[in-house]
Amino acid sequence: MTKTAAELVFDEATKRYGDGDPAVDRLSLTVPAGEICVLVGPSGGGKTTALKLVNRLIELTSGDIRIDGRSIADVDVTALRREIGYVIQQVGLFPHMTVEANIGTVPRLFGRSKSWIATRSQELLELVGLDRSYGKRYPAQLSGGERQRVGLARALAADPPLMLMDEPFGAIDPIVRTRLQDEFLRLQAEVRKTVVFVTHDIDEAIKIGDRIAILRRGGTLAQYDTPATILARPADDFVAEFVGADRALKALALRTVGELELRESRDGGPLVSRETTLRDALALLIAEHAQSVVVTDGNGTRLGSLTREDILG
Amino acid sequence: MSLVAGGPVIPNFGQGSRCEQTNGWWCTDWLHAHWGDTLQPALVQHVELSAIAVGIGFALALVLALAGFRFRLLDAPIGFFADFLYTIPSLALFQLLVPLTGLTVTTVEIALVSYTLLILYRNMIEGLRAVPTDALEAARGMGLTRFQTLVRVELPLAVPAIVAGLRIASVSTISIATVAAFVIPQGLGNPIFIALRQDLFKTEILAAGGLAVALALTADALLALTQRVLTPWSRA
Repeated sequence: MTKTAAELVFDEATKRYGDGDPAVDRLSLTVPAGEICVLVGPSGGGKTTALKLVNRLIELTSGDIRIDGRSIADVDVTALRREIGYVIQQVGLFPHMTVEANIGTVPRLFGRSKSWIATRSQELLELVGLDRSYGKRYPAQLSGGERQRVGLARALAADPPLMLMDEPFGAIDPIVRTRLQDEFLRLQAEVRKTVVFVTHDIDEAIKIGDRIAILRRGGTLAQYDTPATILARPADDFVAEFVGADRALKALALRTVGELELRESRDGGPLVSRETTLRDALALLIAEHAQSVVVTDGNGTRLGSLTREDILG
Repeated sequence: MSLVAGGPVIPNFGQGSRCEQTNGWWCTDWLHAHWGDTLQPALVQHVELSAIAVGIGFALALVLALAGFRFRLLDAPIGFFADFLYTIPSLALFQLLVPLTGLTVTTVEIALVSYTLLILYRNMIEGLRAVPTDALEAARGMGLTRFQTLVRVELPLAVPAIVAGLRIASVSTISIATVAAFVIPQGLGNPIFIALRQDLFKTEILAAGGLAVALALTADALLALTQRVLTPWSRA
């Protein structure tokens, strides 16, 4: 397992059921190795279909998909799937297997030894933020959030260069979801996989994605760009409407106060840390009827301040 | 045609203890005297007859269930066939088989196996179908082959339903196997049958019948225990 991430290319990928309208229509996009591409769009946009085309749970009608230059059609379908991590909303843990055995599913298919699997599953449990003792538990003994962490660990077990995640946090309550998103981003900074991530939640897409592909009904690509570009320059009315009238505010959520140039000022005001997003800083200004926020570092040392005008750029 | 193949006649009926002569409900001296030559061999035979029937029935039902599960079209005809076998009254089925297979153990086993099929088949199919779809999608997405999915995911998850079927099949087979005495002088039905002919000797009927009930309950308990051991996850 040498390669850590693979480049993924959709090349005119099309899926049509019978004679009907296509579910995915001539989708072409490239996900650079090690980046997260979020597929987002209204229901009927074909995002899950597009995802499942990659591991051939759904077969292409026409066009091609290549992983590191190799067409998925040229690879044995089970071999292909074993090299792609797969995470689904309902997690799909095997109820009759311990967490450790669940995580070991794909390594076992590759003929890994019991002790290798035990060690690996301990590593992965730690990586996804669970105690090692979880290895001996059964899925029924876990909470929803814990199950999805195990699902993620299981998908990472064979160190696949590509991960497919189908609304992985969709069934989890908002507070835990936010935490899982944060931890997923921390984990991704460590493992640097190529990830295709499906969601219907534009806020999640903006937060998670290095790039976002917005699909419209009928499975055509409306825009494929970085979150900042999509928010600043939506390609058309559909995208503008989909990202929402508050897209300027969402764009503020992409940057932190630490990224701005701070003023030397003795003015008082609510305290914020460097990691606070511009959006949250602005919200605080509005809530406190203040003219500026004071930015502090981790130790509470005052670094400088920002006014509304600074934040709004 | 006589249905009874020359069972041994209880030699001391009418000339034994006072309890026996008055046809008492529970003659301990008779039980002591005839445990070794009557009840114990009958019990052993009964265990054998039932175990072979459930064993063969299990193997057959498993093959049929895998076929009916994999090829849905087969499910209805197999189910109907098993239904049909189950509805034939046991005495009639024994009678029908005797001209073909004679007064033999084979006749008895064919009949007993026939009665296990419906319960075992239906439980296996239901168990296999009840496997959560998300687990199946995950299995497929991770690159398990159809066979690996069956062996590693579907069958293990169907174990509780399969064992539930085995428990019902075992209890009912142990019960029906008493009727085998109409064909061969074996099993706990044999002493009951003989006692019935000999002025309804109550102690023998009660003892043999009681043993059959105890055997059924024991088999049921052992299978329940087996399931607990096999499926630690179902208690999680």
